[in-house]
Amino acid sequence: MKTPLSHMLLVLLGAFIGSFGGVFLKSGAAQVREGLVYLFISRDPPFFNWRLATGVGFFLLSSYFFVLGIRPPGELSVLYPMVSLGYIFTLLWSRLFFKEPLTRVKFLGLFLIVAGVVFVGLGSK
Amino acid sequence: MSATVTESAQISGKPARRQPVGLVFCCTILGAAAQILMKTGANRMSGPGLLAMATNLPLMAGYCLYGLSTLLLVLALKDGELSLLYPVIALTYVWVTVLSFLIFHDSINPWKLAGIVLIVSGVAVLGKGGRR
Repeated sequence: MKTPLSHMLLVLLGAFIGSFGGVFLKSGAAQVREGLVYLFISRDPPFFNWRLATGVGFFLLSSYFFVLGIRPPGELSVLYPMVSLGYIFTLLWSRLFFKEPLTRVKFLGLFLIVAGVVFVGLGSK
Repeated sequence: MSATVTESAQISGKPARRQPVGLVFCCTILGAAAQILMKTGANRMSGPGLLAMATNLPLMAGYCLYGLSTLLLVLALKDGELSLLYPVIALTYVWVTVLSFLIFHDSINPWKLAGIVLIVSGVAVLGKGGRR
Protein backbone atom coordinates (compact mmCIF):
# COMPACT_ATOMS: atom_id res chain seq x y z
CA MET A 1 0.00 0.00 0.00
CA LYS A 2 1.55 3.25 -1.14
CA THR A 3 -0.87 5.67 0.51
CA PRO A 4 0.79 7.02 3.69
CA LEU A 5 -1.13 6.87 6.97
CA SER A 6 -0.89 10.65 7.27
CA HIS A 7 -2.89 11.05 4.04
CA MET A 8 -5.55 8.63 5.32
CA LEU A 9 -5.86 10.59 8.56
CA LEU A 10 -6.17 13.87 6.62
CA VAL A 11 -9.07 12.48 4.56
CA LEU A 12 -10.73 10.96 7.66
CA LEU A 13 -10.45 14.29 9.45
CA GLY A 14 -11.95 16.01 6.40
CA ALA A 15 -14.89 13.57 6.37
CA PHE A 16 -15.47 14.09 10.10
CA ILE A 17 -15.45 17.89 9.76
CA GLY A 18 -17.69 17.65 6.69
CA SER A 19 -20.33 15.72 8.65
CA PHE A 20 -20.69 18.76 10.93
CA GLY A 21 -21.01 20.94 7.83
CA GLY A 22 -24.17 19.00 7.00
CA VAL A 23 -25.55 19.58 10.49
CA PHE A 24 -25.07 23.37 10.34
CA LEU A 25 -26.41 23.51 6.79
CA LYS A 26 -29.56 21.69 7.89
CA SER A 27 -30.17 23.95 10.88
CA GLY A 28 -29.39 27.02 8.76
CA ALA A 29 -31.65 25.87 5.91
CA ALA A 30 -34.66 26.07 8.24
CA GLN A 31 -34.08 29.82 8.53
CA VAL A 32 -33.71 30.50 4.80
CA ARG A 33 -36.54 32.62 3.40
CA GLU A 34 -38.11 32.10 0.03
CA GLY A 35 -35.90 33.60 -2.64
CA LEU A 36 -32.18 33.07 -3.02
CA VAL A 37 -31.40 36.74 -2.37
CA TYR A 38 -32.14 36.06 1.28
CA LEU A 39 -29.77 33.13 1.54
CA PHE A 40 -27.62 34.51 4.34
CA ILE A 41 -30.31 36.72 5.88
CA SER A 42 -32.26 34.83 8.53
CA ARG A 43 -35.85 35.26 9.66
CA ASP A 44 -35.05 36.10 13.25
CA PRO A 45 -32.49 38.36 14.95
CA PRO A 46 -29.54 38.72 14.49
CA PHE A 47 -30.72 38.31 10.85
CA PHE A 48 -27.39 37.01 9.62
CA ASN A 49 -27.68 33.29 9.02
CA TRP A 50 -24.54 32.30 10.93
CA ARG A 51 -25.55 28.63 10.96
CA LEU A 52 -25.44 28.51 7.18
CA ALA A 53 -22.15 30.44 7.12
CA THR A 54 -20.68 28.03 9.68
CA GLY A 55 -21.81 25.07 7.58
CA VAL A 56 -20.10 26.49 4.50
CA GLY A 57 -17.00 27.14 6.63
CA PHE A 58 -16.93 23.52 7.80
CA PHE A 59 -17.23 22.32 4.18
CA LEU A 60 -14.35 24.57 3.08
CA LEU A 61 -12.18 23.33 5.95
CA SER A 62 -13.13 19.74 5.17
CA SER A 63 -12.23 20.13 1.49
CA TYR A 64 -8.87 21.65 2.46
CA PHE A 65 -7.92 18.45 4.32
CA PHE A 66 -9.41 16.36 1.50
CA VAL A 67 -7.26 18.10 -1.13
CA LEU A 68 -4.15 17.63 1.05
CA GLY A 69 -5.03 13.95 1.45
CA ILE A 70 -5.56 13.11 -2.23
CA ARG A 71 -2.29 14.73 -3.28
CA PRO A 72 0.17 12.16 -4.64
CA PRO A 73 1.07 9.61 -3.37
CA GLY A 74 -2.49 9.40 -1.97
CA GLU A 75 -4.56 6.80 -3.84
CA LEU A 76 -8.29 7.30 -4.39
CA SER A 77 -8.78 3.53 -4.06
CA VAL A 78 -7.91 3.79 -0.37
CA LEU A 79 -9.17 7.29 0.31
CA TYR A 80 -12.68 7.21 -1.24
CA PRO A 81 -14.02 4.59 1.19
CA MET A 82 -12.84 6.79 4.07
CA VAL A 83 -14.89 9.73 2.81
CA SER A 84 -18.04 7.61 2.90
CA LEU A 85 -17.42 6.93 6.59
CA GLY A 86 -18.48 10.55 7.08
CA TYR A 87 -22.05 9.54 6.14
CA ILE A 88 -22.19 7.30 9.21
CA PHE A 89 -21.33 10.26 11.44
CA THR A 90 -24.06 12.29 9.72
CA LEU A 91 -26.62 9.60 10.55
CA LEU A 92 -25.61 9.85 14.22
CA TRP A 93 -25.77 13.66 14.28
CA SER A 94 -29.21 13.63 12.54
CA ARG A 95 -30.54 11.47 15.36
CA LEU A 96 -28.77 13.45 18.07
CA PHE A 97 -29.47 17.04 16.94
CA PHE A 98 -32.65 16.80 14.85
CA LYS A 99 -34.31 13.73 16.39
CA GLU A 100 -34.69 12.21 12.94
CA PRO A 101 -35.86 8.59 13.14
CA LEU A 102 -33.23 5.98 12.28
CA THR A 103 -35.24 3.54 10.24
CA ARG A 104 -34.21 0.16 8.89
CA VAL A 105 -34.56 1.61 5.38
CA LYS A 106 -31.95 4.28 6.15
CA PHE A 107 -29.48 1.71 7.51
CA LEU A 108 -30.01 -0.50 4.45
CA GLY A 109 -29.55 2.42 2.06
CA LEU A 110 -26.45 3.65 3.89
CA PHE A 111 -24.95 0.13 3.99
CA LEU A 112 -25.45 -0.30 0.22
CA ILE A 113 -23.92 3.13 -0.45
CA VAL A 114 -20.85 2.62 1.77
CA ALA A 115 -20.33 -0.85 0.26
CA GLY A 116 -20.68 0.68 -3.21
CA VAL A 117 -18.09 3.38 -2.47
CA VAL A 118 -15.69 0.69 -1.18
CA PHE A 119 -16.17 -1.26 -4.44
CA VAL A 120 -15.59 1.87 -6.58
CA GLY A 121 -12.44 2.40 -4.51
CA LEU A 122 -11.28 -1.19 -5.10
CA GLY A 123 -11.80 -0.70 -8.82
CA SER A 124 -9.76 2.52 -8.82
CA LYS A 125 -6.46 0.71 -8.10
CA MET B 1 -58.30 35.69 7.20
CA SER B 2 -55.47 35.14 4.83
CA ALA B 3 -53.26 34.28 7.80
CA THR B 4 -55.72 31.57 8.82
CA VAL B 5 -55.70 30.14 5.33
CA THR B 6 -51.90 30.04 5.27
CA GLU B 7 -51.83 28.40 8.67
CA SER B 8 -54.30 25.69 7.81
CA ALA B 9 -52.45 25.08 4.55
CA GLN B 10 -49.28 24.55 6.53
CA ILE B 11 -50.94 22.14 8.93
CA SER B 12 -52.71 20.09 6.30
CA GLY B 13 -49.80 20.41 3.87
CA LYS B 14 -48.83 16.89 2.93
CA PRO B 15 -45.12 16.10 2.71
CA ALA B 16 -45.92 15.58 -0.96
CA ARG B 17 -42.95 17.64 -2.15
CA ARG B 18 -40.62 15.17 -3.76
CA GLN B 19 -38.11 17.85 -4.72
CA PRO B 20 -35.47 17.23 -2.02
CA VAL B 21 -34.01 13.99 -3.45
CA GLY B 22 -34.20 15.48 -6.96
CA LEU B 23 -32.33 18.59 -5.82
CA VAL B 24 -29.59 16.50 -4.22
CA PHE B 25 -29.46 14.54 -7.48
CA CYS B 26 -28.60 17.77 -9.38
CA CYS B 27 -26.25 18.72 -6.55
CA THR B 28 -24.22 15.51 -7.10
CA ILE B 29 -23.80 16.19 -10.85
CA LEU B 30 -22.32 19.63 -10.06
CA GLY B 31 -20.25 18.07 -7.27
CA ALA B 32 -18.77 15.50 -9.65
CA ALA B 33 -17.67 18.19 -12.09
CA ALA B 34 -16.18 20.07 -9.14
CA GLN B 35 -14.27 17.00 -7.96
CA ILE B 36 -12.72 16.40 -11.38
CA LEU B 37 -11.56 20.02 -11.50
CA MET B 38 -10.23 19.77 -7.94
CA LYS B 39 -8.31 16.57 -8.68
CA THR B 40 -6.76 18.26 -11.72
CA GLY B 41 -5.77 21.15 -9.49
CA ALA B 42 -4.52 18.94 -6.64
CA ASN B 43 -2.17 17.10 -9.01
CA ARG B 44 -0.51 20.42 -9.85
CA MET B 45 -0.07 21.51 -6.24
CA SER B 46 3.47 21.56 -4.93
CA GLY B 47 2.89 22.53 -1.30
CA PRO B 48 0.12 22.82 1.29
CA GLY B 49 0.18 26.64 1.25
CA LEU B 50 -3.05 28.62 0.96
CA LEU B 51 -1.52 30.89 -1.69
CA ALA B 52 -0.70 27.87 -3.85
CA MET B 53 -4.40 26.93 -3.64
CA ALA B 54 -5.73 30.43 -4.36
CA THR B 55 -3.70 30.76 -7.57
CA ASN B 56 -4.69 27.29 -8.79
CA LEU B 57 -7.30 27.93 -11.49
CA PRO B 58 -8.84 24.43 -11.83
CA LEU B 59 -9.02 24.17 -8.04
CA MET B 60 -10.80 27.51 -7.74
CA ALA B 61 -13.23 26.64 -10.56
CA GLY B 62 -13.94 23.42 -8.66
CA TYR B 63 -14.71 25.43 -5.53
CA CYS B 64 -17.16 27.62 -7.48
CA LEU B 65 -19.08 24.57 -8.69
CA TYR B 66 -19.01 23.21 -5.14
CA GLY B 67 -20.58 26.47 -4.00
CA LEU B 68 -23.43 26.01 -6.46
CA SER B 69 -23.97 22.42 -5.43
CA THR B 70 -24.00 23.47 -1.74
CA LEU B 71 -26.73 25.98 -2.61
CA LEU B 72 -28.87 23.19 -4.02
CA LEU B 73 -28.15 21.09 -0.92
CA VAL B 74 -29.38 23.89 1.34
CA LEU B 75 -32.63 24.16 -0.64
CA ALA B 76 -33.06 20.39 -0.39
CA LEU B 77 -32.40 20.34 3.35
CA LYS B 78 -35.16 22.91 3.86
CA ASP B 79 -37.78 20.25 3.16
CA GLY B 80 -35.91 17.00 3.69
CA GLU B 81 -34.25 14.95 6.40
CA LEU B 82 -30.48 15.22 6.78
CA SER B 83 -30.03 11.51 7.51
CA LEU B 84 -31.86 10.70 4.28
CA LEU B 85 -30.33 13.28 1.94
CA TYR B 86 -26.69 13.35 3.02
CA PRO B 87 -25.83 9.77 1.93
CA VAL B 88 -27.41 10.49 -1.49
CA ILE B 89 -24.37 12.73 -2.10
CA ALA B 90 -22.52 9.44 -2.76
CA LEU B 91 -24.11 9.54 -6.23
CA THR B 92 -21.19 11.87 -6.96
CA TYR B 93 -18.93 8.78 -7.18
CA VAL B 94 -21.14 7.36 -9.90
CA TRP B 95 -20.87 10.53 -12.02
CA VAL B 96 -17.12 10.84 -11.35
CA THR B 97 -16.59 7.27 -12.56
CA VAL B 98 -18.71 7.83 -15.65
CA LEU B 99 -17.11 11.23 -16.40
CA SER B 100 -13.58 9.84 -15.93
CA PHE B 101 -14.48 7.13 -18.41
CA LEU B 102 -15.85 9.64 -20.94
CA ILE B 103 -13.23 12.41 -20.51
CA PHE B 104 -10.02 10.68 -19.39
CA HIS B 105 -10.86 7.28 -20.92
CA ASP B 106 -10.28 5.65 -17.53
CA SER B 107 -11.07 1.95 -17.52
CA ILE B 108 -14.34 0.69 -16.08
CA ASN B 109 -13.82 -2.70 -14.41
CA PRO B 110 -16.20 -5.12 -12.67
CA TRP B 111 -15.35 -3.59 -9.24
CA LYS B 112 -16.38 -0.09 -10.33
CA LEU B 113 -19.48 -1.45 -12.08
CA ALA B 114 -20.52 -3.35 -8.94
CA GLY B 115 -19.88 -0.23 -6.86
CA ILE B 116 -22.05 1.89 -9.15
CA VAL B 117 -24.89 -0.64 -8.97
CA LEU B 118 -24.64 -0.76 -5.15
CA ILE B 119 -24.62 3.04 -4.77
CA VAL B 120 -27.54 3.53 -7.14
CA SER B 121 -29.58 0.83 -5.38
CA GLY B 122 -28.72 2.40 -2.01
CA VAL B 123 -29.94 5.78 -3.23
CA ALA B 124 -33.07 4.12 -4.63
CA VAL B 125 -33.76 2.54 -1.22
CA LEU B 126 -33.35 5.93 0.51
CA GLY B 127 -35.51 7.64 -2.12
CA LYS B 128 -38.30 5.12 -1.59
CA GLY B 129 -37.95 5.40 2.18
CA GLY B 130 -38.33 9.17 1.91
CA ARG B 131 -41.70 8.79 0.24
CA ARG B 132 -43.35 7.01 3.17
